[in-house]
Amino acid sequence: MKRLTQILIYLFLVFLLVLSLSPFYLVLINSTYNSIDIVTKVKFLPGTMFLTNYHKLQELTNIWRGFANSVVVSVPFMLFSCYFGAFAGYGFAKFQFKGKNFFFFLVLASMMLPSQLSIIGFYSTSLKLGMLNTFWPLILPGIANAAAVFFLRGIIEQSVPDSLLEAARMEGCSEPTIFNKFVLPCIMPGVATIGIFNFVSSWNNYLGPLIILSDAKKFTMPILIATIKGIFLSNYGAMYVAIAISIFPVIVVYCFLSRYIINGLTIGAEK
Amino acid sequence: MRWGKCEMSNSRLNKRRNCWGYVFIAPFLVVFVLFGLYPIIYTFELSFQKWNGFSPVQNAGFQNWLRLTDDSTFPLTLKNTVKIWLYDFIPQLGIALVLSMIFTFRKIKGMSVFRAVYYLPNLITAASIGLLFNILFNGDKSTINQLLMRFGMIDTPIAFFKSGHITQGIASYILWWMWFGYTTILIMAGITSIDTTLYEAANLDGCSTWQTFRLITMPLIRPTILYITITSIIGGMQIFDVPANLTNLAGDPQKAILTTSMYVYQQGFKNTSLGYASTLSVMQFLIIAAFSFIALKLIRKKGA
Repeated sequence: MKRLTQILIYLFLVFLLVLSLSPFYLVLINSTYNSIDIVTKVKFLPGTMFLTNYHKLQELTNIWRGFANSVVVSVPFMLFSCYFGAFAGYGFAKFQFKGKNFFFFLVLASMMLPSQLSIIGFYSTSLKLGMLNTFWPLILPGIANAAAVFFLRGIIEQSVPDSLLEAARMEGCSEPTIFNKFVLPCIMPGVATIGIFNFVSSWNNYLGPLIILSDAKKFTMPILIATIKGIFLSNYGAMYVAIAISIFPVIVVYCFLSRYIINGLTIGAEK
Repeated sequence: MRWGKCEMSNSRLNKRRNCWGYVFIAPFLVVFVLFGLYPIIYTFELSFQKWNGFSPVQNAGFQNWLRLTDDSTFPLTLKNTVKIWLYDFIPQLGIALVLSMIFTFRKIKGMSVFRAVYYLPNLITAASIGLLFNILFNGDKSTINQLLMRFGMIDTPIAFFKSGHITQGIASYILWWMWFGYTTILIMAGITSIDTTLYEAANLDGCSTWQTFRLITMPLIRPTILYITITSIIGGMQIFDVPANLTNLAGDPQKAILTTSMYVYQQGFKNTSLGYASTLSVMQFLIIAAFSFIALKLIRKKGA
């Protein structure tokens, strides 16, 4: 009886495993067949048409340009959120100043306020700043990433001792130097965690680029992928290759960082 | 005397040093005001104005709000959104509770692998997933139809995207698929933070597994459940990426998966009624706030 429940539990777990992975497996398989095979045969093993599909995709769209655009947006966004998140987190953690509680309340409030709800205001702000159809409205908000500030403030409070700061001040270090030379290295693991999450959220951002970018040359991966159905109509092989290019880099990175990412997940819930 | 003097100069030094606090939070504040606070205020302002994105903004008084009371599409989008969210969230919480019980109370070989794989879909670009499920399901010869026929589960292909209910179901399924692993991880974190001596005591008192779960685990992970529910309401009421790419931006068939956020986008950027779109956004915000508040009251009350 006990053995039977154990077997049933494993069956259930494996079933969910298959559900989780099968869409990715289908991408892998279907991207290696031509469109006719895709709509006429059931296949479980990869075919040989990947490169043909890839060339067809390249003929009508520049997928790597989209990839590069996504990198150009996501990397600075991530770096800004890490550096300035730690910067503001340090201000909140180690200094006493008037209005501190109010400003910290702003951080908390903007964490709860969904940015999607002010999407029209975001659009018109970008218009007024002359930043429409540029990457700036997608990169600069990284400087005001409330989650990074909140999380790194907690880390600094826990792991940067006041005595270290005092000692650095005795040595005559200026405050910015103290931050760059002593505080930042202390909290690198936390910075990396928040960096991964902010990179992924920026990489996957769809609505932001959709309303800001109008020039097809500037499209990031998610918008490029969304336009592909209209371009390729029934050329499924090429579409599967496009999807593969957009999802497999993330899967590969996840294979190496999964433990790190999963540990970082519970940060938000521990408020 | 000397002591007092020293303290005074020290505190003045402290005061001057503490001014650096403002310097450190300044970049955050400036950008927050520009890209966070101002867009919110301006969206609210625009909800009382008329604007097509090009010509000057005109005052519209309560015109947009009156239009909202007459708009039958807005309640429809709300119904769609709530439906898609509920059919995703209930199984998500259920499966996550079961999984987290299995993972914490049984020895499972490869537990961390299972958990890592369940979470994987959450990291993938939602727009790509929407397109992927579109081409997997769309048409008589789609991969899913072929698989179902091959295994003898159906005789004739199903026109998935001709039926509003099925399309909504697929949208809910995708969201469930993307989020059940995340929810499991959060609940497991909640369970592991429970003092183990409580379980030992329950064991000594002869509680069954079910009783232990109901009397100890459930009440103690209530804050976690509350957090998951509120964040899921906030996120779920704004779903855009998956439904917008599952069929099209119009939410076909017959607006079955036209969500409120998609409607805001449509009004703002397809019909260029940015004023009315702002009104819809403000209304959407009020509804999300109300739902979150109700969820908070319900979950808190049960605890008392």
